[in-house]
Amino acid sequence: MNAWIEKQRYIIDFTLSSLLRRKVKNIGLLALYTLIVFILASTMFFTYSIKKEASLILKGSPEIVVQKILAGRHDLFPVGYIDTIRQIRGVAGVESRLWGYYYDSLVGANYTLLTPPKEERTDRSQPKTATVASEDADTGATGPAKPLFELNGAKLEPGTLIIGNGIARVRNITQGDYMPFRAFDGTVMNLRIAGTLSSRSELVSSDLMLITEADFRKLFGIDTQHVTDVIVTVKNPREVATVAGKIKKRLIDLRPIIRDEILRTYDSIFNWRGGMMIVVFSAAVLAFVIFAWDKASGLSAGERREIGILKAVGWETSDVILMKFWEGAIVSLSAFFMGVILAYVHVFFTGSLVFEPALKGWSSLYPNFDLTPFINAEQLTTLFFLTVVPYTVATIVPIWRAATIDPDTAMRHTGE
Amino acid sequence: MRNSTLFFYCLSVEVLVLSLLLAHASVREGAAQDSLGEKSALVKRLGLTDLCLFTEARYTRHLSQADLNTPFQDHPLSLEHFPSGSFTQPPTVLTQQP
Repeated sequence: MNAWIEKQRYIIDFTLSSLLRRKVKNIGLLALYTLIVFILASTMFFTYSIKKEASLILKGSPEIVVQKILAGRHDLFPVGYIDTIRQIRGVAGVESRLWGYYYDSLVGANYTLLTPPKEERTDRSQPKTATVASEDADTGATGPAKPLFELNGAKLEPGTLIIGNGIARVRNITQGDYMPFRAFDGTVMNLRIAGTLSSRSELVSSDLMLITEADFRKLFGIDTQHVTDVIVTVKNPREVATVAGKIKKRLIDLRPIIRDEILRTYDSIFNWRGGMMIVVFSAAVLAFVIFAWDKASGLSAGERREIGILKAVGWETSDVILMKFWEGAIVSLSAFFMGVILAYVHVFFTGSLVFEPALKGWSSLYPNFDLTPFINAEQLTTLFFLTVVPYTVATIVPIWRAATIDPDTAMRHTGE
Repeated sequence: MRNSTLFFYCLSVEVLVLSLLLAHASVREGAAQDSLGEKSALVKRLGLTDLCLFTEARYTRHLSQADLNTPFQDHPLSLEHFPSGSFTQPPTVLTQQP
């Protein structure tokens, strides 16, 4: 066994010396290889973590959201439909929602305005998981976690707003400040900031503005006979799809969106094998494959002569192949580990600095959030098989041809 | 020092750093449970449906609530032009054949 290990070590010694003789070429290859692993690993880490986080956060989203569709577009929902939905067997409750967007030309940002559900302002006996604090809430009941609402003694009432931390940051405003809005009829509404949502909740609330129903209707000119959409709760969770089907059948101009569809949306949109990432990545991989193939198959005269000399001094064909195997393994293992380490640092320590411009797009308001690193063995195994194995194989196969040539021919620079 | 020894030292350091990062991931995941629970509770109480990732357009802000004709919503030849629209994929429900 020791003899076998020693043989491998001698071959590795020789391989490393051989690699170092062509420093520039091999360091270039290693850098390019590391870059490929870095891009692929960063994409996988980012997309997997955000998908996992979305699935955990959005599991509390409404069971069914029902929109009214007019000419293929989302339209205001008539309050009269609510009773019809309530009569459907299996429906436990129907709650209307008022929400919309407001474009702030001052900073060029879109805000999401939402009227909180009624119990939000009246029900003080929330379960422990709902960590919302108000001036008289018992913070001890919510455990040591910091509350998401920072009301500081103020509650949402007409003429006030509770804003997301992203809005507070972009507009540089805080509790007690006033924010002007231009209503649908051109009048200006000055709303006071009653509080801000916690910075820890930015991933869901960065652009959120909680506003009272009266102010919302006044701002957008929506009469009391219309709401934006409704949330339907179902008695038996297994009947959600059935109830959604019944709603669609009973009122054909409605579009029910069930929770599973919401979760599936976030499961599919950040697929690392799709979207723009695959376009960028496939170009990079193609460049790398061409580079690796060229390096492996198109042996230089020096490399060819080296193989010839090795065979002339007694190396077996299997030894030459072993040497090339170690060459591939040294380069690919080093690149794999460096790429993965750099990708982890990039995604979870620098907030995906490289992806940031693409993620922000044209948004003026972008949430500041730290992704939770969800890493599993499957991701690392996939990365390994996508990067290390193809390169090692790609270098072995062409070398077989070179290793079986006659040493005399190789040393005479012939047989090209 | 032999080249092979140096190589195995370097490899060991890389494996060690990666192991430390995986341990870091595990610790962070455990520590984030409270924060995730709070965000989930906020989503539940306010009836939220989407993550606030792309605020550039209404259909990128609320991806799950967007109209079915989102890329062409302004007029029939209006192709998707927002950067986030090319970063994400359409929901599977739209790409599956009935």
